[in-house]
Formats: sequence, C-alpha cells, structure tokens
Amino acid sequence: MPEIRRRTLIGSTAALLAAPAIVRAAEVKELSFFYPVTVSAPMATIIEGYCRQYAKETGVTVKAAYAGTYPDALSKAVTAIRGGGGPQFSVMLTSDIHTLQALDLIVPLEEIGLDKAAETWLASFWPAFMFNTRIGGKTWSVPFQRSTEIMLYNKAAFTKAGLDPERYPTDWKAQGEAARKLTNRKGSPQTWGIQMAADITSGHWTFGALTAGNNQPLMNNAGTKVFFDVPKTIETLDYWVSLSKTYQATPSGVTYWSTLVNNFLRGETAIIMTSSGNLAYVTQNAKFPFDAALPAGNPTPRTVVGGGNVYIFKHASKPEQQAALRFAQWLTTPERAADWSIRTGYIAVTKTAFDTPAMKAYIAKHPVAARPKSFLPVAWGELSTYQDARIQTLIENHIDAALAGKATPEAAMQAAQKEAEAILRPYQHL
Amino acid sequence: MEERRLGGWLFVLPAALFIFAFTNLPLLATAVTSLYAAPIAGHGGGFVGLRNYLDLLADPGFRQSLVNNLLYAAVTVPAAMVLALAMALGVNAAIPGRAFLRLSFFLPTMLPMIAVGAIWLFFYTPQYGLVDRLTRLIGMGQINWLGDPSTALPAMMAVAIWKEAGFFMIFYLAALQNISPQLREAASLEGASRQYFFRRVTLPLLGPTTLFVAVTATISAFCVVDHVVEMTQGGPDNATSLLLYYVYDTGFRYWNVNSAAAATIVLVLILAALAATLFGLVGRRVHYR
Repeated sequence: MPEIRRRTLIGSTAALLAAPAIVRAAEVKELSFFYPVTVSAPMATIIEGYCRQYAKETGVTVKAAYAGTYPDALSKAVTAIRGGGGPQFSVMLTSDIHTLQALDLIVPLEEIGLDKAAETWLASFWPAFMFNTRIGGKTWSVPFQRSTEIMLYNKAAFTKAGLDPERYPTDWKAQGEAARKLTNRKGSPQTWGIQMAADITSGHWTFGALTAGNNQPLMNNAGTKVFFDVPKTIETLDYWVSLSKTYQATPSGVTYWSTLVNNFLRGETAIIMTSSGNLAYVTQNAKFPFDAALPAGNPTPRTVVGGGNVYIFKHASKPEQQAALRFAQWLTTPERAADWSIRTGYIAVTKTAFDTPAMKAYIAKHPVAARPKSFLPVAWGELSTYQDARIQTLIENHIDAALAGKATPEAAMQAAQKEAEAILRPYQHL
Repeated sequence: MEERRLGGWLFVLPAALFIFAFTNLPLLATAVTSLYAAPIAGHGGGFVGLRNYLDLLADPGFRQSLVNNLLYAAVTVPAAMVLALAMALGVNAAIPGRAFLRLSFFLPTMLPMIAVGAIWLFFYTPQYGLVDRLTRLIGMGQINWLGDPSTALPAMMAVAIWKEAGFFMIFYLAALQNISPQLREAASLEGASRQYFFRRVTLPLLGPTTLFVAVTATISAFCVVDHVVEMTQGGPDNATSLLLYYVYDTGFRYWNVNSAAAATIVLVLILAALAATLFGLVGRRVHYR
C-alpha cells in the first residue's frame, strides 16, 4: 500500500509542476478511448505515442483502442456502452452526430463545463469544421481528423489537351468541356477526363460537394429535413449524369471510390474528386505534375468537409468527461494539430496550427498541402441527418440508378425524398 | 430400463445445454425482439405485434434483398454443384499433374471470403482489371461490372461460384473414391457405355453427397455476405443487397435492432423451409447404402 501511494504522489507532483491546469481533474487516472484507422498512415503508432507523452506530462493514462473503420468504431462503442462498459470518448464520423444524439449517447461540451481558456480554444477551429459539430447552440464534439473534398488534376494532361494547367475550370460547363478534351477512348493510352465516386458510403459525399457548388444544401442544420427533390438538387444530378451522357468524359454507371487514386496515378483519369486526406499519398507517388482545386460550381465553386471528431459519452462520470475533454484539448493544441496533420494528411483543425514552425516548414516543402486549407472558407458540412447512414445509403442507391440510366435524375430524387421523409417523420417533433 | 434412459439424457445434457444457450435461446430472444419497436430518442417503442414484419414487406430495400437472394441461390447453388462434380470427375481420373490440379481447384476455398472480395474487386475494376482486359481481348467494349445494377449481381454470383465449387469438389471426390471399382468392371462386362454408367450407377451413388452439398450450398448462399461488405455494400441501387447484408445494415449501421430481428426471423424461416424441402422431398429419393 505505501508503495502505491508514494508512486501516485510522485506522479501527481511531477504532473502538478508540468501542467497545473490539467491536474485539477486528476482524480481520474485512467481513460479509455476508441479510434478508427482511416488513412494509409501509421495512425496506431502516432496515437500511442501521443498517449505515452500525455501520461508523462499529466499522469493520466489514456488507453487508446483501435476500433476498425468508422462504422466499426460506432458499433463497437454503442455495443460496449449498452453492455454497461465502454470507452469514455471516441473518434467517430462527424456526420454521425444526429444518430449519436438519437441514441442518447453523447454530451455537449458546454454541459461538461467550458472555462474562458476553453472558449478561446473552441474559437480557434476552422468555422467549416464546426458545421456538423455545433448544433442548436451547443458544441457536440471536438474536430480532430478532418478533410475536405478536392479535385486532383493531372497538369501534364491539361497541357497536352491544350488547357491551362494553372487554372482549373470554375464552372460546370467549363469543367465538362475540359473533361471532354481530356478524354481519349480511341487508340492508346485510353483515358477518361473525369471520375467521381458514386458507390455506397462515398456517393453522398461527392454529391454533397456538387450540390454545394450549386448553392443547394442537402439538409437542414437540425438534421430533420432533406432537400433531395428541389430543382437545384435535381439539376446537380443532371449535371453528374451529363458528364457521361453528354460530355462522354466519364464511364457510365457507378465509379468506386477505391479505384480513383489508382486510376489517377496511372494516368488513366485526368481529374478525380477525392479526399484531401489522399494528398500526401498522391504527392509521394505521382510521376507527373498535379494540383488540387475546388470542384467547379454553378457558378461558384464550393465543397464539403468530412472526417471524424472526438465525441465524449454521456455514460462517463463528470470527472471522467472533464478529463476526456482535457485530453481532446491537448490533442488539438497547435503543435500537436500540426504534427497530426503532417503525419496523417488530415487538415490541421485550428488556424493557429498553420502558424507553427513545423507546419510552415512542411508547406514550404509541399505547397500543395496548403491547398485544402484555402478551400475551407467556402466549404459546407456534409450530408448529416438523423438515421444518417440510412439516408446516405438511400440517396446513393437512387443516384446510382440515375447514373446507370435506370431512372431519370428527377424520378430518382423524388423517390429518394419520399423514402427519406418516411424515415425522418418520427424525428420532426423532438 | 429407466436407468438407461436417464443415463442417455445425462450424456446428451451438456450438448443440449449448449445448443439451448447458443442457438435456441438467441432465436427465441430474436423472435421476441422482432415484436417490439425501438424508442426513438426516448419516444414511442413498446409492443407492436407484427408491425415490424409489415414494415419489412413495404420496404423496397427488403423486397429487393429477398428477390436478389433467391436469384443468387437459384444460380450459384446448382452452378457450383455442377462445376464441383465436373472438377471432381476430372481430377478423379488418372491424369498427369492430378495433385496440382486438385490443389488449384481447392485453392479458392482456403482463402477467407473477405480476401476473395478484395481480389475480385480488382479483377472487376474497369480499365486495368483482369476481367476488363480479357473482355477487351475478345473485342468486347468496357464493361463496368460492379458499377451497373444489371451486371453487379451476376458478377457477385461468379465470385461465389468460384469460391464454393472447390470446397464441394472435395466431397464429390471423396464420394467418387468410395465407389467400388468392381461396379465399373461389372458394367463394362455387361457392355454399358460410360454415359449409361455415369447416369445409372455413379450419380445415384453420389445421391447422399449431392443432398449434403445442396443443403450446405443453399445455407451458404444465404449466410455468406462477406464479399458484399467488401465489394459493393449492397449497391449500386440495391442490386447486390442480400438478406443477411440487409440484416447487418439495419441492425448495426441503422441501429434498428427490432426491424433487423424481424428480418432475421424471415431469413431463418426461409432456411428452415428450404432445408425441410431438401431433406423431406429430395431425401426420400436418395439412395443410401
């Protein structure tokens, strides 16, 4: 017994000297944390490194458990919590916010308690990352591994097709025409001008970026209404279909997300819409000059954000929630946000992270890494509603029907609206 | 006599307990769950009778999964069985490289389905995928196999047949080797042709194996969906959604556990009906030695 007490004492004294603010919640010595691995970076190693450093600085052990993909992390956390245990906090999809609210699992940061310093910290995040995060005047999670939809284009192919490689088209028509010029279906090598993913789980993200470009959100902020059958949404799907039907610049049918980066790197597709998270990988592997741009708009280019946030669970005790919040704050300090961004390819979540020497040095070496940040001022939130996985899957199925020519864009979106309204009906009077 | 009966029950007891705890009890719990509705954000819920089942019938996604799965079983089960029998007959004969052929045919079976899905995803990739290259060689245009609702399900069926046939071949091979060579000698003395011998001797003797393989293949057609998870997530336009995948989506992605329970019960009933039909009707005509 004396052994243990002495060790605790030494630990907390050291922590007190190192970081007095953090120690106030130090009755909690151990926290459990779930995270998914989502990009081809050694995320587990990085996170474990952070946890070790945090334990050294504060004496609080954060047990980080790898939980698979985003849907895996959600289902594991829900199952564990329903079974009476489970982590106190977890990284999960930003767009899952309404689903987590409906499952009554999460607690807003304001209810955990925010002091002046914490308020300043919250204000330092990019406003675009607060889209699926601040709902009803409350902050439901902490932006952490965030990304945005970008267009990657092959500058060599642009030059070869007589297009200006320094200027990506900004409106739909110009983008379609450029893609047509970049397409070569006869002779060798055969190339496609443009490819965008429409398969299940990625189609809604692509579509969200396209409708944002048409100045049309897909849902309301409360996540209770969708705008699938309005003229501007239908017009957007019309445009997507036209890329294959009219411009003949993309394969008919559904393109899979998993094939995009490969097609781009092989020079078989000149333009792809992908996640900013892939920038680091493409930078390392592209054998031709390329750049990132905003998706063309009608007429103003826009995009959507995506990725995962840190959610703190309701079932944890108040001191545990406070301790989890402190860890989340520590994870997003400018230096660590910069480090996380450089090592994973995610966008650093705070503006201040871009002022750190490490980030400045990295951007000086890889200028393209600064592109996604410059898109954030015109970025919106991604499709996120109650029952979001179900709503996303259903609109993807209808988009796919339209792309495959099985339904007109109008009929597809009207059917999607009808199904979505039936699913969302019980949530209208919450 | 009484004592013997008691002893028998005692011997069966451990197994019976396990079957009850891990098969019967969960099934019962699932059936009960399917009669309730989940509360939505604290509202509603409670006993709803058969409403979950009626909602399922009204759900186009469920109806399509059901149709998809029946089609999938109707094609993959016979195709895999015929292919398995053909391969077994082939490698049963005394031909050079027999061991190598047997191994090649069996190889797909040893791969986990999730790996099979990952491999075939690349086979089917337009432009540089293996399938696209082969079709281009014979002068066909580019086909986006998994990207078109009309070709996606057949493409998934091909994966299943490729994966399952080797496994069933092993059973047929074992059965073929059990057929006494004397029968062939006797048949050839009587002047029976090879086709006649196959039809009147080999096939009937393979009856029990065929029944077993048919039941196993049918069950796997309804219970193996790993490749759907890996390759298409049920898309495009629900074209490759199978029943068990629908259950998974509903339960663990949409968190509608009660509706998923109802779909599970439907799945179990279909399997029970199919198994009963196979054992009852076909089983009576099977020749057991």
